[in-house]
Amino acid sequence: MAEAAICAGCRAYFGYPITPQNEILEYMAARMPAVGGAFVQAESEVAAINMCYGASAAGVRTMTSSSSPGISLKMEGISYLAAADLPCVIINVARGGPGLGNIAPAQGDYFQATKGGGHGDYRMIVLGPATIAEAIEIVMLAFDLADKYRVPVMVLSDGMLGQMMEPIKLAEPVDPGLLPAKPWALTGASGRRPNAVTSYAMDPRDLNRINTKRQTRYRQIEEKEVRYRETETSDATIVVVAYGTVARIARTTVKMARSQGIKLGLVQPITLWPFPYAPLRALSNQVNTIITVEMSAGQMVEDVRLAVCDRAETPFYGELGGLVPTPKDILREVQRNVS
Amino acid sequence: MEQSFVLAGFGGQGVILAGKILAQAGADHGLQVTWLPSYGPEMRGGTANCTVVLSDEPIGSPVVDNPTVLVAMNLPSLDRFEKTVAKGGTILINSSLIARTAERNDLQVLNVPVNDIAVSLGNSHAANMVALGTVIKATGTIPLELIKSAMVKMLSHKDNAELVAVNQQALDAGYNAV
Amino acid sequence: MSVNADKMVRVFERPRSLTDAQFSYCPGCHHGLVTRIVAQTIDELGIQDRTVIVAPVGCAVTMYEWFRCDGIQAAHGRACAVATGIKRVNPNLIVFTYQGDGDLAAIGTAESIHAANRGENITVVFINNQIYGMTGGQMAPTTLVGQRTTSCPDGRNAQLAGYPIRFAEMIAQLDAPVYVTRQALYDQKRIMAASRAIKKAFQCQVEGKGYSLVEVLTNCPTNWRMSPAQSNSHLMDEVVRAFPLGDLVDRD
Repeated sequence: MAEAAICAGCRAYFGYPITPQNEILEYMAARMPAVGGAFVQAESEVAAINMCYGASAAGVRTMTSSSSPGISLKMEGISYLAAADLPCVIINVARGGPGLGNIAPAQGDYFQATKGGGHGDYRMIVLGPATIAEAIEIVMLAFDLADKYRVPVMVLSDGMLGQMMEPIKLAEPVDPGLLPAKPWALTGASGRRPNAVTSYAMDPRDLNRINTKRQTRYRQIEEKEVRYRETETSDATIVVVAYGTVARIARTTVKMARSQGIKLGLVQPITLWPFPYAPLRALSNQVNTIITVEMSAGQMVEDVRLAVCDRAETPFYGELGGLVPTPKDILREVQRNVS
Repeated sequence: MEQSFVLAGFGGQGVILAGKILAQAGADHGLQVTWLPSYGPEMRGGTANCTVVLSDEPIGSPVVDNPTVLVAMNLPSLDRFEKTVAKGGTILINSSLIARTAERNDLQVLNVPVNDIAVSLGNSHAANMVALGTVIKATGTIPLELIKSAMVKMLSHKDNAELVAVNQQALDAGYNAV
Repeated sequence: MSVNADKMVRVFERPRSLTDAQFSYCPGCHHGLVTRIVAQTIDELGIQDRTVIVAPVGCAVTMYEWFRCDGIQAAHGRACAVATGIKRVNPNLIVFTYQGDGDLAAIGTAESIHAANRGENITVVFINNQIYGMTGGQMAPTTLVGQRTTSCPDGRNAQLAGYPIRFAEMIAQLDAPVYVTRQALYDQKRIMAASRAIKKAFQCQVEGKGYSLVEVLTNCPTNWRMSPAQSNSHLMDEVVRAFPLGDLVDRD
């Protein structure tokens, strides 16, 4: 994921050690100087996200990464990034929570990522990769979306993706010098009017206007940037919805179920915000049951139920505390709902 | 074809590295691979295991309910994973440290004193490579030469020609032990 | 006496790096002086077109609107981290933070100390007025023992709230900073000295020498409930006793 960021033209990384994402920090410590980028091991996650705020304002593709407790600390900075219309990529290698929790994989940060987390009326694009190959593509995409819409983008992965290995192929590296210009960036007011990067607007009418404009951009994102992946849904009579690591495990469950004659399909939301409400709404007219599986007590399931309403049953199966469901665990839930 | 390996032992017995070498060799062999570690909380002395999946198709779950191969480097690992191994699979038992054999009779059981073999080669730390050599022979999925080159790749960041030589001997010894 | 306008020489003018916007500071506040000195320094060093202002949360929150320079508004306390991010990706820029005692020495303690410890090549202007001005006069980490504020109405009790933090001295313990000084503005001589110190601090950055901090003891007539003249006497008689003036580090 770190090398994918470099490929995407990222030239500034700021982070703080926390398991299970130290690999990214350590990789960037060695790699960033080699490509002429900036690397600082910050004194805290709070400092790291604010260094991102500065570097992004100076016009450079910028990234930070952390894991759940550290992401909580970054929430102030994320709100400021969103409010100042600054692009930035934030990787969350999520772990068991709340509190210190543990370092096992978990998906308990879905609400925090997709419904706010920081203060104020803002949105953040949230992308959930299931495999390392997907993570590579998604990190590249994250930088493009962040720049295009001038929003922070979170890659919501988990401890399993953070620690596992599989072979991947990297894309062609982007030359940062050839990326679209950022006329709003702080480069020195030479021969132009000064640029100001701020989230402050004392007059409520000003803030209303600024915020309304930003919401218009959010509506565009909802219209154009929804991404998801359907597996074997065309003839499905029952569907599992899962993202990230769980989606990948459920792919194996689909094979197992099909071999037993159960017409199981899988929907994997890739953008968690904007959430793929429409395809789920469509499927809810075709199947009787849409099971949501998460490594949480049930967070994404609320979005699934918003999409489905009462058109299908929407049971939930979750593992907590860093336990990872196996393909058989998910199959058992499917079988229970078929019979 | 899909094979899944669970390599388990005490932290420090080198099961994580053995799994990485297996995964690297699998990729070099043109297969799809995943390598998934599971550490105890301690870096040394705790229990450690990793799961390696090798497949000629894209791999869904890297988490495996029923591995086809278990490498049990110590008794707690055998106790924990014996029941999960797929019927017709393979269990390698490190008989240097494990006093019992397997209770299962629906699969292949290999009792190999991998620590003793490693000690006889002059380096007890090479027990993981002895075990790896043995399961490579028993499963026949990956040529030994690819395992050796993957091992060299994995250790290339260290200045240790001696360690590489011992590991090569250990892989050979394990390969020839069954 | 007759005046010949043609022969008049302009000896004082508004710094060119300032816009026409009015400062939002209260009458008699030293903030205006420091802001003006910074602008004059930018003029004198000829760096208006490559200076980036990192504005704090506090009375100078909209500082970027007053300068013909690029500027950014930082979250409360985070100015030094923001400055680090900017400077690291574009070392050609001249980056300074302008922070009050609450911003720099309470909520932003970690960011302030670690930027100094890394020796970031930035300039920090630290306004120490011993009180939270913008939020209505609460106790600051620099509030004097016994000083009344809205959140210590009986005066700061050292048993409960500790002692005023001498931040410049803390920073001076570190190996990296190049120039650390404490200045005041209560009379003309002090104003001239503070101007020289601020210029020197920016000069350090321009020459690539590293981190510098200028702590300026200032007043807050509004929240101290004093006239500007009284506040100057208070600074001269009381405040400098807790916060001795002078250079603490000079590796220039």
